[in-house]
Amino acid sequence: MFKFTHDTIERNVGLMIVLMMLAISIGGMVEIIPLFFIKGTVEPVKGVRPYTPLEQLGRDIYVKDGCYLCHSQMIRPFRDEELRYGHYSLAAESQYDHPFQWGSKRTGPDLARVGKKYSNEWQVQHLIAPRSMVPESVMPNFPWLLTTPLDYSDIKDKMRALRDVGVPYSATKAEYERNVKKFGPKVAEMLKISDAEKNIIWQVKHGFNGVPGDYDGNPNNITEMDALVAYLQVLGTMVNFNKYDNDQFVQYR
Amino acid sequence: MSQENEVETTGHVWDGDLQEYNNPLPRWWIWGFYASVAFAIVYWFIYPSWPVAGHFLTGFDTVTYVNNKGEKKTVHWNSRAELMANMNQYAAKQKPYFDKIAATPFKKIKADPGLNDFIASSGRTLFADNCAACHQAGGQGKIGFAPNLTDDDWLHGGTYKAIQQSIVNGREGVMPAKGLDPNMTDKQATALANYVLSLSGEPHDATLVAQGSALFHGAAGCFSCHGANAKGNQLIGSANLTDKIWLWASSPGAQTKAAKVEAVKQVILTGINDPNSIHKGVMPAWKGRLSGEQIKVLTAYVHDTLGGGE
Ligand code: HEC
Ligand code: HEC
Ligand code: HEC
Repeated sequence: MFKFTHDTIERNVGLMIVLMMLAISIGGMVEIIPLFFIKGTVEPVKGVRPYTPLEQLGRDIYVKDGCYLCHSQMIRPFRDEELRYGHYSLAAESQYDHPFQWGSKRTGPDLARVGKKYSNEWQVQHLIAPRSMVPESVMPNFPWLLTTPLDYSDIKDKMRALRDVGVPYSATKAEYERNVKKFGPKVAEMLKISDAEKNIIWQVKHGFNGVPGDYDGNPNNITEMDALVAYLQVLGTMVNFNKYDNDQFVQYR
Repeated sequence: MSQENEVETTGHVWDGDLQEYNNPLPRWWIWGFYASVAFAIVYWFIYPSWPVAGHFLTGFDTVTYVNNKGEKKTVHWNSRAELMANMNQYAAKQKPYFDKIAATPFKKIKADPGLNDFIASSGRTLFADNCAACHQAGGQGKIGFAPNLTDDDWLHGGTYKAIQQSIVNGREGVMPAKGLDPNMTDKQATALANYVLSLSGEPHDATLVAQGSALFHGAAGCFSCHGANAKGNQLIGSANLTDKIWLWASSPGAQTKAAKVEAVKQVILTGINDPNSIHKGVMPAWKGRLSGEQIKVLTAYVHDTLGGGE
């Protein structure tokens, strides 16, 4: 008669792999799954919106060029971090990030609230040649950003894919109406998948989010620099923390 | 071996005679394991742990803090509340200084050695984190980018009040390309450049100065912003053109007369912060990012420690 013993597992590689994976993932599951059932894991807060198509492409360049290898985007609730970078990051602030860029490696400073800290010109100059602005910097030069035209031919596909995982880009009239209610008409326009290319061109020309356009300093073309700077300039600026008590977000942890 | 009789083997046999003992785990390990289970249970009772009906067990440990409205709150332990308590503790240490700075007029801050030390040390950190990227670590500025804050030459004014305004609301001095004369020719720009260079005694072509001066005080409209004496107007941040301090026209970097003329000409022809200009310099506004106290510290730091003055 069949008897299930240690021996059964050791002699059956397939079964052993499955059981091993189960054992290893228990720790992760115990930590992660409960969060889906706790209200307030993603704090209710005003202002957080999906990225505009231009910002989203900037984010893709941020990932592509490996900025995350040296920069985190997660201000932890510690005094030194609060003093240097500003209010600690909320889970809500990265709810539309797929994948999020929290990271844990800081060769350079945290960038979670770098938006609007510097001017577009500074960002451009610093990305082309960091040491021209910060002599002791070890950040690499990224000069090609300024000369590489932004490829936005596949932006609609990207937005559709993000919509599939829950980012509220709108594909229908009803979804657009919902976005108008949730984010206001200006942002809702930007989230229309059908207008993505038009919106990229518009944002490069006019700017968005209180940051002037023409991010790369050359109005005649749309470069990777335009997209990346547009992205950097929105980081951490969506929530206006001055509108809340400074302990508003304590209750959710 | 003697073990052979006491300990079972796992039962499998490889290569005919290779067997594996099934030794029990060492006792110290087993007890260590039970101890960590016990520790986990105690931990669950002290700190937030298991999810229950949309919330979670909060644990018995508490943190007490005071928020910005002055309300004292005691809540279950969590890292955000602990941060509040931590900030309270250090705020209490710095409070005497900040209270004193808030209540003391700038002139008296300068006279008080204790406050001066506080400004120098806390100002240095604030400056390094927020301002040095543009104005450089010592505040010496960067030609073509951000002004020197350590000299007595100010675009927008070097009084405490003007410096505070610069920091609170930011600055963006705008000079239109070709001044007020969109039809300016290249020759006229050359004449103007030579006139501008003559004002500060830089190398220039003396034969063009009279024509440049006429344009400056006439059709090109330069005087309307820079003043008839070309000393600039701090209300609009127009530069003083009679000194050798250049922010945009990188005349000190340009060695020869021709290069100096070219540098100034570039500024005249393309403007500064004009949409199509290559010369762009925006001082961001800090009111949303830094607190009023921090801005006051920075104002005093720029004025007193960096040695700007008026
Ligand atoms: C090798 C590591 C490294 C990589 C890769 C890197 N950086 Fe940096 N970054 C740094 C360091 C170090 C600093 C701090 C010194 C400085 O300001 O240059 C910095 C500073 C910055 C700052 C200024 C932050 C502040 O608050 O002053 C920004 C913005 C920035 N990096 C963006 C980027 C972007 C965008 C990329 C990808 C294109 C990138 N970095 C890639 C190391 C890196
Ligand atoms: C993004 C770059 C940048 C950063 C960061 C920056 N500044 Fe500036 N700052 C400038 C520029 C550019 C000007 C000149 C504005 C103009 O030309 O009108 C300026 C002007 C000023 C002035 C007026 C100077 C004058 O001659 O009237 C003061 C004072 C000043 N900055 C202080 C600060 C302080 C303090 C900080 C940090 C909190 C800071 N700046 C951060 C770019 C910057
Ligand atoms: C609408 C006002 C305005 C007019 C008209 C104007 N300027 Fe300016 N100019 C400025 C301002 C403001 C600045 C400083 C900008 C800054 O630093 O951000 C400046 C800066 C300059 C500088 C650079 C100084 C430096 O430190 O490098 C030169 C040179 C100059 N102006 C020459 C001229 C000449 C010549 C004319 C006439 C053709 C002229 N300007 C007309 C407002 C004006």
